[in-house]
Amino acid sequence: MTSYLQLSSITKTYGHFTALSDVNLSVEKGEFVTFLGPSGSGKTTTLMIIAGFEKATSGLVQVGGQSITQLAPHERNIGIVFQNYALFPHKTAVENVYFPLQMRGVSRSQGLKKAEDMLSLVGLKGFGHRHPKELSGGQQQRVALARALVFEPSLLLLDEPLGALDKNLREQMQIEIKRIQRSLGVTTIFVTHDQSEAMSMSDRIVVFEKGRIEQAAAPLDIYHRPQTSFVAAFIGESNLIPATVTNASARIAENPVLDSFDYAGTEVLSDGQPVTLLIRPEHIKLSRSPIEGRKNVRMTVETIVNYGDNALVIGRAGDLTMRVRVLGADVVIIKEGEECCISWTPDSVFVITK
Amino acid sequence: MGTSLSKLTEKPNIWPWLLLSPLGIYMLIFFVVPLADVAIMSFTEPRPTLANYTKVLTGALYQRVFLNTFLTAAFVTACCLLVGYPLAYLMAHSKPRTAMLILLLVTMSFWTSFLVRTYSWMVLLGNNGPLIAFLQMIGIESPPQLLFTRFSSTLAMIHILAPYMIMNIYSVMKKIDPALIRSAESLGAKGFSLFRHVYLPLTAPGIANGSVLVFVICLGFYVTPVLLGSPREQMIAGLIGHQIEEFLAFGLGSAMAMVLLAVTLVILTIYHRRFGLDKLWG
Ligand SMILES: Nc1ncnc2c1ncn2[C@@H]1O[C@H](COP(=O)(O)OP(=O)(O)O)[C@@H](O)[C@H]1O
Ligand SMILES: [Mg+2]
Repeated sequence: MTSYLQLSSITKTYGHFTALSDVNLSVEKGEFVTFLGPSGSGKTTTLMIIAGFEKATSGLVQVGGQSITQLAPHERNIGIVFQNYALFPHKTAVENVYFPLQMRGVSRSQGLKKAEDMLSLVGLKGFGHRHPKELSGGQQQRVALARALVFEPSLLLLDEPLGALDKNLREQMQIEIKRIQRSLGVTTIFVTHDQSEAMSMSDRIVVFEKGRIEQAAAPLDIYHRPQTSFVAAFIGESNLIPATVTNASARIAENPVLDSFDYAGTEVLSDGQPVTLLIRPEHIKLSRSPIEGRKNVRMTVETIVNYGDNALVIGRAGDLTMRVRVLGADVVIIKEGEECCISWTPDSVFVITK
Repeated sequence: MGTSLSKLTEKPNIWPWLLLSPLGIYMLIFFVVPLADVAIMSFTEPRPTLANYTKVLTGALYQRVFLNTFLTAAFVTACCLLVGYPLAYLMAHSKPRTAMLILLLVTMSFWTSFLVRTYSWMVLLGNNGPLIAFLQMIGIESPPQLLFTRFSSTLAMIHILAPYMIMNIYSVMKKIDPALIRSAESLGAKGFSLFRHVYLPLTAPGIANGSVLVFVICLGFYVTPVLLGSPREQMIAGLIGHQIEEFLAFGLGSAMAMVLLAVTLVILTIYHRRFGLDKLWG
């Protein structure tokens, strides 16, 4: 079976500038996929190519096995929520939601009723008669969502829809969007540059960087098994240690500062191969003296960043900067400028070859 | 912070008023006083009665001229809209080079003195002008009289006032968020329905601004209708000038001016209630 949405070898150039190069992606029906990446990495461009507002320089977009590359935006039946909501200021909330139905020839009485139902679904019962400027940012967001969903689109695209909202409202809307998406089962692509948003909402995260897809995988896979050092560095806090494989069969690598140590995983590597080793800060233990059965390294504490329930201890081990996550209660044992011991086990060392 | 701010606003600051005073005094001497004089004259010349107003409001000639003025202003406004809307659209949405060119043409005609433009029309439409010559060349024996007709004055007024319409609509079109159009398209709108349901309502403020401006200016238009128009189909400003210059009927002329002013103020008030006067100049 082929997937529902299929992007094949999508390339987009503006003059000499390559905005997207060889983007390939399959999305299953009903899946919630997040495009995550720094600003300028090509997320919006990809979305606009799917929506039909940009033409790919080469490549194919298919929905349900049919190519939609030749279709105009209004023929694609794709719902889009723009970052600034793009609500029609001259129409009330319910008229905004009715608009796509009106364009599809649904009668006014029937369409307005359906629009009201949709507004109730997004939690805006009774707000239909208001104009967009009489609604708060979060409410406008909901109207935009209702409008993009009311005509039962084949895809829902959201381009950084929560960017303009404050933190609390953001989290509330994340849960809300997820709930609505599940209840309707609509295939969704959600663009964000906020990794925690991507982590909490997605079935799958697609990490973009410089116009390419770095990795597409489930959130926890992305976190624990990043394929490239870019992904490892971009998602969460990380310690990335350059090393050389010294004994591939025994899975031992060496770094000038850390000496040799064991790493985990199943990849087949060769002796002398340069690699990057990833150790997440929460997998490192901080102690006064070395702990038996773990790889121990001495570190001088430079900075302690307190988050209340936990703290990030940043220190130097030789020329390496190391980050260690400790629970808030433990941080009292250590002070900035002191020397301590950090340690980990081989199974928290993940090897990255790219 | 809060207290110091409120202190600032509590204490009346005389500086802005002091800076404004030269302009204020100028306006007082050269605008308010003469206007008041006109208002007084309309009741007192030649004798203190309401006779001038009775005449202006009930006299057949004056009623006809007022009606003619309103119809002309409405017609000119409609034509400016018909010509201006597509031009403004081209300016706002075509390639930068084309847009620049149209903008240049519009602003150039805007900056040229309207007296110059009025005389240009006299040359173009005159009996020895190129248009008549062209009509004769293609075999029309006795070409119609073009100059000093309703046609020539209306044409020139449209030409002179169209830039006001164009610039007003253009500035609104330019500010439309492209995401609104994209979002309409993604929702299934295209072609005429996109225009009717989204684009046109979004540009309505520009249409309203431009129309009020053109209509109000046209109501009081003097030079162009007097120089280019038919003497038998005067507009109100021309008639006022006529009364004062030819008949020295200061009272009657003043009364007509006051009625014109009142009508203009009524239109602006209605507009202000609906859209806000501060938006009139873009
Ligand atoms: N119309 C355009 N002309 C030239 N460059 C563009 C255009 N649109 C986007 N780009 C470039 O393409 C790259 C990707 O942009 P975009 O997809 O908007 O990134 P993102 O949404 O991930 O922040 C950026 O470097 C941007 O400057
Ligand atoms: Mg973007």
